[in-house]
Parts: sequence; C-alpha cells; structure tokens
Amino acid sequence: MSRADIFASIQRGLGRRQASAAERAAVEQRLNAKAPNLIPARGQLSGEALQQLFISMAQEASAEIIELTRIQEVPQAAALWLQEKGIEELVLASDPELQALDWSSTQGVLRREGVAQAGDLASLTLAFAGIAETGTLMLYSHPDSPTSLNFLPDNHLLILRRVDLVGVYEEAWNKLRTQVGENWPRTVNMITGPSRSADIEQKLQMGAHGPRRLVIFLID
Amino acid sequence: MQIRSPEFKQNARIALTDVGLQKALGNVKTGFPDKRAKAVARMPEFDALRDQARDLKNHILQHLDLYLEIFEANVIKQGGQVHWCRTAEDARQTILRLCQEAGAKTVTKGKSMVSEEINLNAHLEAHGIQPVETDLGEYILQLRGDHPSHIIAPAIHLNLEDVSETFHQHHHKPKSMDAAVLMQEARETLREKFVVADVGITGANFLVAETGSTLIVTNEGNGDLTQTLPKTHIVVSSIEKVVPTLEDMSLFLRLLARSATGQEFTVYNTLSSGTKRLGDQDGPEAFHVVLVDNGRSDMLGGELQEMLRCIRCAACMNHCPVYGAIGGHAYGWVYPGPMGSVLTPQMIGIEQAALLPNASTFCGKCEEVCPVRIPLPKLMRHWRKNEFERHLTPQAARWGLGIWAFFAKRPSLYRLLSRISNLSLRSLAGKKQRIEKLPFGQAWTQMRDMPAPSGKTFMQQWQARNKTGHNS
Ligand code: SF4
Repeated sequence: MSRADIFASIQRGLGRRQASAAERAAVEQRLNAKAPNLIPARGQLSGEALQQLFISMAQEASAEIIELTRIQEVPQAAALWLQEKGIEELVLASDPELQALDWSSTQGVLRREGVAQAGDLASLTLAFAGIAETGTLMLYSHPDSPTSLNFLPDNHLLILRRVDLVGVYEEAWNKLRTQVGENWPRTVNMITGPSRSADIEQKLQMGAHGPRRLVIFLID
Repeated sequence: MQIRSPEFKQNARIALTDVGLQKALGNVKTGFPDKRAKAVARMPEFDALRDQARDLKNHILQHLDLYLEIFEANVIKQGGQVHWCRTAEDARQTILRLCQEAGAKTVTKGKSMVSEEINLNAHLEAHGIQPVETDLGEYILQLRGDHPSHIIAPAIHLNLEDVSETFHQHHHKPKSMDAAVLMQEARETLREKFVVADVGITGANFLVAETGSTLIVTNEGNGDLTQTLPKTHIVVSSIEKVVPTLEDMSLFLRLLARSATGQEFTVYNTLSSGTKRLGDQDGPEAFHVVLVDNGRSDMLGGELQEMLRCIRCAACMNHCPVYGAIGGHAYGWVYPGPMGSVLTPQMIGIEQAALLPNASTFCGKCEEVCPVRIPLPKLMRHWRKNEFERHLTPQAARWGLGIWAFFAKRPSLYRLLSRISNLSLRSLAGKKQRIEKLPFGQAWTQMRDMPAPSGKTFMQQWQARNKTGHNS
C-alpha cells in the first residue's frame, strides 16, 4: 500500500501521472552514459605527479606510506613494522598473491588467513586502487577479500600497486566496473586514513572503532 | 523523541543562560566554519560543483519516481529487498517486524537521523529489542537518555566533564578526563556489541540507482562494523537520497565532507549492495532497505521542493548565529538549525513548529554555505507567510521581538550581523519601525544580570570568529 501511496504522491507533486517518454529517455540516457560531472583539476595528473599527490594526500589523512619496489619485499617490511609496534600476529586476506609471499626470512609473525575476529591486532590486504585526489584506497569484497579485515583489527596494512593509482573517483569506478563486470560486489570500501572521531568536544582522536593505524606498502 | 518545538522561546532562553551548553557551543563556532573555509579554498571548482549539484538534484527530483523504481529493481537484483514506508509509524513497524523475523535481541546501529525522525529506538525497546548506538557521540547520548543536538556532531552540546561522568557511571572504570581514554573505553565496550548483534541498522547518505547500492559516510568505522558483522543489514533512509550513478554520487561526495567537517574526504565511504555473495567469507545474509517518505513527497511541486536537495551536511547550522547561540535542542525536535526550521514544520506540523521559521536573523549565511544552494531564508519566509495566513502571526511577532532582545544583549554579535546586513536585522522584528523603538539601553543593562561565564564565553567566541569570519 505504502509503495503505491508514495509513488502516487510523488507523481501528484510532479503534476503528472506516469512519466512521459521523454522523461524516461532522459533517465535511461543518464544511467547508460555514466558521464562524469565536473572533475576538479587537482586529480587530473599522471606519472610521478599523480603518485606524489596520492602520497601527500594519504599522509595528510594520517596514513603511513612505505615505498617498496617488489611485492616480495612486503613480508620483511611488514614484519619490521609489526615488530616495532610489538605485534606478533597478522591476519591475511586469502588472496593467492598474498599466499605466494615468502615469510621464511622473517621471524616472530604468527600468520592466519580468513576473516577478522574481535581482538585481532593487524591485518594485511590488497588494495584494488588508490585515488590520488584525496589519498583514498578502494577495496571491494570478494571471496579472497573479507570486509572485516578492513575494520576489526587495530592496524590495517595494505599493499597498493603503483599501476593501480588513478587520479579521481570516477576513474576508480570505471576500473571497478571493468574488473567485476556483472558481478557487482556486496561491499566497496573507500578508505582515507585510519579511523577517528571528534565527538568529544570536537577534538580529533585517532582510532575510534576501525583501525588506529593504516599502513600502505606502495609497490611496483 | 518528545516534541518540544512549541516551547522554543523558553528553550532558547534557558539555553542562553546554560553555562555548560554555552561552553560546548564554542566548539561549533570556532571549529566548523574555519575548517570548511580552508577546505573550500583548496578546491577552486567548489562553486561550480555546487551549481552542478543543485542542477543534478533538481533533475533527480523531477524524475524521482523513475530513479526510485530503478533503484528498487537493482536492490532486488543484488539480493536485497526494499520496503516503502509512507509514515514514520509504517517505518517503525516495518523495522520492528524485520528485526523480529531475524530473531533479534540486540541490534547495533550506525548513525542515522532518519531513525531519530521515526523514533526507532524507543519502539524497538518497547518490544524487547535492545538497540545499541555505535557512533561515539550517539553512544554517549544513549547512555545519558539524551538526543542529538546536531546532525553530524550529535553530542556537540556536551563537554568532556559530561562524557567523563557518564562513562564513569556506566563503564565502572576510574573516572578519566582524557578524551582518548574515554574513546578507548567506548571502543572496547562496543566491540563486544558489534560481534554479538543479530541485526545491524545503518542510515544511508545516498542511494545509487545504477547499482542498487546504499552509501554510508563515517569517520569512525562504526557503520562498517555494524553492517558487516551481523547476519542482517537493515538500511533506513529516505526517498530523496537517490542519485542516478556512481559518477553522480561522486559529485555530491566532493561537496559533503568539505561542507560538513572541512575534511578533504571522510575516512570511510562504503557502498553496500545486497547480500554477501557466493563464497564471501563475511557480510550479511539479508539486506533490507527501508525507504521513508514521512512528508517528503508532499514537498514536491510546492514551495518547499528545494529543501529536498539537502544532503545533510550541517553547514547551515554550523554557520547560523541563532544555532550557535542556543544549540540544537532548543529547536525541540530532530532537525535543528536552518534546515530544521524548514523541515520540522513539514514533519510535525506548522502548528507545533510555528516558532522555528522565526528563529532566524535572515543574515543569509546558511544559504551562502549550502552545498546544494538551498534558499533557506526564502523557505523560512514561506512558513512565516503560511503562519500569517493561518493567523498564527501574533505569537510569531512576539517571538520576533524576543529574539531581537537576545541579539541586542550581545553587542559584538549585533555588530557582526549589522555588517552582514542591515536589512536582515530589520526583518528580525518584521517591521522597521519596531526595531527602532526597541529599548536598547534596557537590553544592555539586562546583560549585566546574565551569568558572567556564559556571557563571557559567548562574547569571546564571537570576537574570535569576527577575526576570521569570512568563509565562503
Ligand atoms: S540545508 Fe544545505 S547546508 Fe543545511 S544541511 Fe542541508 S545541504 Fe547542508
């Protein structure tokens, strides 16, 4: 009942019954075109400048950036980072690329794969894209990438490939459309720095409910 | 939430002499406007984006039924369901039923003003379901039996002492005056709730027709834990929040954080589409979108239609001298400040909310900062005209004098407003002659009787604001 009432009320307000063919065409056209609106000049960069923008914006949002060359360097770098924080365990996304990493030269990191549990201290996941305009990471849920890894652990470590850097949100959406095709994911996360709140006297405190720290390993 | 809008005058008078509230309100005036101004200055295209956002919202509203139909079809395609609720009562009942069907005992909640609008928590509690607010500000308020006084900073009317006392009572831990320690306590307490909740309820900032997705924007990550861990995810939102595509959503996102908190981007922008997919290791098994009308569709085609462009950024209240002076609770219902003065009469009736459209100096600052260029002063005038036609005017005119007296007691605010616009000051009392006859001297002497701390803080803050008060 409510549905019909609401639609009738909307149509009454718009001063028409069913939409005209022209109105339908306008809506279809907009949905099909997926045309960008005004895109700020800031994000329209490439190469080194794009990377520098991403790094500076992510750092401004309090993300840590660790620049590496190859993904094979991640276990060492991650182990070192965890050691400095006194953390001995790491939950990993069950991604083949992460599974292929060789941890044999590292010590003292207890690894587990799968979803996060309350009390987990650190996770390691793969970012799908990095968006330079605001230093934002994009991740999406799939069997190898549980969403809980992005929120429950105290520290979130991510790997981001330099080739996956884009300038603006619109590029990231197109990249995602190409990647997933018809299989749109349940969750898409855009993450810009670690969790925070200013709910007590408008003074910013880091680490509200999500990760207290966000570490990005930038690789080739 | 109990309606206290008819007592607006009295609420405002009490608020003005509430020392704690005045101290807390200093955080609005010194924080938000400067941060917004800085963020806007870094985005040269900001005004052009605002024009596009206004035009796009107008396009959406003209085709609202079509976009909603497509949104619904795509939610279903992703494995979810849409529930249409004409009234607040329909929405309460629907959500209760969904929670009961899920066998829920506890429900975690992300921040949602629509859930306040429909008074959801009380309804769930009355039926034996425990809602747990997880946004830090909302959590503090729930423990205190209090309600939000601001749409994005719900506990802005409280001071550290208040939070400290509340947590001490409820967490049974040593009393702390360190905000970081207090937040840590909330984090630990709520972590257990996230894990055991049967249902997670969030709001939505946008509904994307193209993909049938809902989007939430949070800094804390509480909304994400709320909607990822339980078996059922219920989104409660309203019909005007639909946007055509992800590109269109991106346009609004570029405006939202900058207008709201002055951030370049909010920490977590999360898109939810249906249920967990085959093989996914986490995520909800059921996904419901409860779409509330509650008077919105009746605004289409009328003078208030433009209000439906609102993206709930709170810039209008952050820049409003009246909100800054009396806070959000004085408005007596869910939505405070200029946007509330337009929406509340629509939702609870002009008879109850007749005073709110007068709670304005008509300085025009709200319209100046609104990211979707809603002419808020014009819409408030619409209600005043409406009151006049319904013979509610005498009361309103009396209020007009009252608010003048309150500004007259504050010379620095008066000066600021004079600079902004002589004209808008005149409209305070409706008629030019009346203002000129007001007893200035008497109002001044009355100020000596005001409690010193509140007067002082207020003045200091406005003085500080005057130095940097150019933010659009
Ligand atoms: S009316 Fe405009 S400024 Fe106020 S909350 Fe809505 S969008 Fe923001």
